[in-house]
Amino acid sequence: MPMGPFGIDPVIWAVLRLVIAVGLAVFLVLNGALAQIFLERKIQAVMQDRIGPYHTGPFGLLQTFADAIKLIGKEDIRARLTDAPFFLAAPAIVFSPMLASFVVLPFGPDFVGANLNVGLLYLTTLGSMTVLGIVIAGWASNNKYSLMGGLRSAGQLISYEVPQILALVTVVLYVGSLSMVDITNSQPGPLVNVLILPMAFVTYLIAALAETNRNPFDLPEAESELVAGFLTEYSGMRWGVFFVAEYGEVTVVSAIMATLWFGGWHGPGVDALPILGVLWFTLKTYMFVLLFMWIRATLPRLRIDQLMGFCWKVLIPLALVNIMATAVLILAFADPRLPLAIVNWILVAALVFGLPFTQRRRLLRFRARTKEHVAMRDVRLAP
Amino acid sequence: MPDYNLSYFYVFAFFLVGAGFVTGLLGLSRFIAPRKPSIEKSRTYESGEEPVGQAWGRYPSHFYIFALLFVVFDVEVIFLFPWAVLFRSLGWSGLIEMAVFILILVVGLFYAWRKQVLRWY
Repeated sequence: MPMGPFGIDPVIWAVLRLVIAVGLAVFLVLNGALAQIFLERKIQAVMQDRIGPYHTGPFGLLQTFADAIKLIGKEDIRARLTDAPFFLAAPAIVFSPMLASFVVLPFGPDFVGANLNVGLLYLTTLGSMTVLGIVIAGWASNNKYSLMGGLRSAGQLISYEVPQILALVTVVLYVGSLSMVDITNSQPGPLVNVLILPMAFVTYLIAALAETNRNPFDLPEAESELVAGFLTEYSGMRWGVFFVAEYGEVTVVSAIMATLWFGGWHGPGVDALPILGVLWFTLKTYMFVLLFMWIRATLPRLRIDQLMGFCWKVLIPLALVNIMATAVLILAFADPRLPLAIVNWILVAALVFGLPFTQRRRLLRFRARTKEHVAMRDVRLAP
Repeated sequence: MPDYNLSYFYVFAFFLVGAGFVTGLLGLSRFIAPRKPSIEKSRTYESGEEPVGQAWGRYPSHFYIFALLFVVFDVEVIFLFPWAVLFRSLGWSGLIEMAVFILILVVGLFYAWRKQVLRWY
């Protein structure tokens, strides 16, 4: 009879492994949400010259725990006009795909819930299931703000899903596999994919910001125009579940970026001590989480027409060009790495420098107006 | 892990645990939280105004057009994934076929662009 690891019966081991995996995933999601909320508040406070939470526990560390307990103890209010079954089911529809995304994330060598051979496709599928939950939440609330928030969210998420998946396809072209484990194994050295395929990374980063409803793409919950978007009618822990799911979603896209472009769990010392891989993976993932927070503290919110226009007129054409260029170069060269890198960096430069150029008329008008203002102020200030 | 079915069993189990976790959390909340419903509290929230009518009415048709565009491109992406995996063995002929396919869709995108469909009023 074949034996599983640690001399345990394989059947028992499979069940045990499942329990461990699920437990770890739930723990990670909850812990991640607590840690990220704390980090977000602290970092925003530092960037805005404030102190942030500091009363509860050392450095305010226990503040998010207190908030979570408060949320559980809050009355669960449901408006009379809501569509009850869908209103009640929406948090679970948003939450469970997010949790299921954790199955395929490779946290370390041989440390993955299930090595699906369609890993990336699975992740994109689960990513789009979130939209379903949000639209259901918006519609079932029977509130005008919620409906607008839900529909905007649908428009934004399905639009940005296209460049997001196109960026993933570019990496799949280069690596030749959809499995997250194979993609990690393909980049053991310091030459990680981001150096070779930076354009796909930039596309994915922008699309991921939009997919997770983060600034500058947080239009579905734009509090200055839509109260709280699709969350308007939600309160108490039901609202809290949406929040946890949102932070879990950020963790998932950060982990995807770390795996696809930054070598996943690879890092110095992993061969000697495999458990170090988990540390490297976590560090890389949280690097992106912090990047998201930095972007949130820096950029203003876009308008909806700018948002949709940017996706369909800039990102999707560029992503398609990138795919075709990558495919041609891979076939044309035996070792396509250098030409791929050159073309990709040129595309990134084109995006970074070309975008202001397309907006030059608006920019010039803005500059003229500010100059006028300054001139008028000088006249007023003159003695 | 070699067992194919076992992997998908894991996926299924994760979904169940996700739904069960949310139910458990909300159940706990129901157990702890106070319940004092009132007519004022269960009214639809509209920043303190009296809500007029329902929200289930008409909304802009732009969402519909963008959904159509999305369906076109999403189906394209579904074709792209298997092509990308088998790309090296398909070679130039596969690349040319995919280029033709993408070109047709890009023509559609530019048509929509010229027809001002991509503008959000």
